[in-house]
Amino acid sequence: MLRMVLQRLMLGVVTVALVSLIIFAGVELLPGDACTAVLQRDAHGQRLINCRKELGLDRPAYVRYAGWAAGAVRGEFGVSANSDTRISELVGDRVKNSLLLGICALAAGLPLAFLFGILAALKRDKALDLVVSGLAISAMTIPEFVSATMLILVFSGWLGWLPGIVLTSANAPVAKFFPEIILPVVVLSMVMTAHILRTVRSSMIEVLDSDYVRMATLKGVPYRSMILRHVLPNALLPAINVVALTVAWLLGGVVVIETVFNYPGLGRLMVSAISDRDLALVQAIALIVASVYVVVNLTADLLTLVANPRLRTAMARHA
Amino acid sequence: MTTTILTPATVATKPGALQRLAQLLRDMASRPSGAVGLFLVLLHLLVAILSPWLVPYDYKTISATLILAPPDALHWFGTDQLGRDVFTRTLLGGREAILVTLVATPIAVTWGGLLGIYLGLVGGRIDNVVMRIVDAFLALPWILKMLLLIVTFGTGIEVLIPTLATFYGIPVIRIARAAAHNVVARDFVLASRARGHGKFTIISRELLPNVLDALMVEGAMRWSWMLLAFSSLSFLGFGVAPPNPDWGLMIADARTFLAIAPWAGLYPIVALSSLIIGINLTADALAKALGVDRAQKAPI
Repeated sequence: MLRMVLQRLMLGVVTVALVSLIIFAGVELLPGDACTAVLQRDAHGQRLINCRKELGLDRPAYVRYAGWAAGAVRGEFGVSANSDTRISELVGDRVKNSLLLGICALAAGLPLAFLFGILAALKRDKALDLVVSGLAISAMTIPEFVSATMLILVFSGWLGWLPGIVLTSANAPVAKFFPEIILPVVVLSMVMTAHILRTVRSSMIEVLDSDYVRMATLKGVPYRSMILRHVLPNALLPAINVVALTVAWLLGGVVVIETVFNYPGLGRLMVSAISDRDLALVQAIALIVASVYVVVNLTADLLTLVANPRLRTAMARHA
Repeated sequence: MTTTILTPATVATKPGALQRLAQLLRDMASRPSGAVGLFLVLLHLLVAILSPWLVPYDYKTISATLILAPPDALHWFGTDQLGRDVFTRTLLGGREAILVTLVATPIAVTWGGLLGIYLGLVGGRIDNVVMRIVDAFLALPWILKMLLLIVTFGTGIEVLIPTLATFYGIPVIRIARAAAHNVVARDFVLASRARGHGKFTIISRELLPNVLDALMVEGAMRWSWMLLAFSSLSFLGFGVAPPNPDWGLMIADARTFLAIAPWAGLYPIVALSSLIIGINLTADALAKALGVDRAQKAPI
């Protein structure tokens, strides 16, 4: 058991290290660097050489990678090329805001996803299931910017109940984001709820169709205790991994929703960093987001391992 | 997974490819949702091909007297903020998205699928190394990878197709590898190995036919995700360049005026949503017709 946990941890570390290499190499291989981005049309001759010397870009790539990686481990990513602010400072507020958005969406979406996923499976092919599944598919497939635009039109434009865009500045305290955050949270939790709900529903159905549930029914186990004791614990395990993927996505991939609502999260900072060619900032954000992804997935893997004894023995036999 | 395994015997007596395709389409259309999905996809493909001859106006003609004019007999869907005909632009607005994604999807599924099958067959150190790299790429948000290349090389078709084909092939590796794992240990693969067949023969004759169903379903879903990505990029201003018509771009432009001129945004919204829903319904029907389980898919 301990060996397996250590193995997983090592894999996580290797993945993060690989990600850092990919990010660094990717930015390195693309034409242009921090100096050409800052100097733009003046990027030639002596000025370019001086700038590169000043930023240390004249050193060989592996020396710069080592320096960058060593800084990243300490949480120090250097200075943003365009705004002359420390990157850790710039990113800190955005991480906080993205966390706020993500936690609100999870708090709103998770209970709904599990409740309706379970209900839809228990009432399979009945009216409730068809409605819930239909809504889930629409929420999953309709592009986020479309649903966001429609919600803004209805609740902000026509009804005037909620503000349509976020005007609060990035470093404002959390309480300032209400009620502006409500519509982005709704859009985000719609997509998230749909994905988790579908997983919960299908894994519930799989368990309900299994032989041991049929056995329990034949033995005369009362319906309620069969669902609670036999079905739910087995059916909800696979949901852990989907929840993890969703959480990782919430913290890094919500660029479109943040842009539509003008929300000052990490995603929008990433887009502006790429547009401005602020490569140091791009590298920092990429590494943070990827690390979150790895850590969240790792946690889910370990949780599944702890919660499911069958998996533990199966893997031990496999190893 | 209830994928039917094609044994040499069934392969020998299989009907022609065209007949099988017709049978598959009949199976898919036998459910209402599959029929609706196929209808939507075919309708969109037809419009995308024929629209240059169907549209009543030029898509880029600006008119100062027709700014945000509501729908009437001359302009069925009204006009946008520059006085351009929304009907014309909606009909043309899917062409570039459909062209790019229809070219990129098969490329992505092919390279990702073949690499995944190969890894599933050989295993060992190569498999380990490649899968770690796959993990690392999946840890990075899609939009970051795409935007880095697009900002550097431009937003033309010649950049978008290879970019989408590359990044959307990476998750396919995982799917194909897992599907190949289910087959590799079977007797007929062992038999093929025992006959002394090389890796190429085993992959093309034994593994590929058995993994193909899963790959086709995966391809259909990749197509819808790619379309979503493409229109999101356009919406963000990193896709189709104005004045070319594109749904994502039209929705982005119309957003500001949505309360006073909803027609400029609603028609492209309906067009884009109906295509994506159509593809998803088709993918569902395809999965059911082929007996591939697509329920437990991750949201990436």
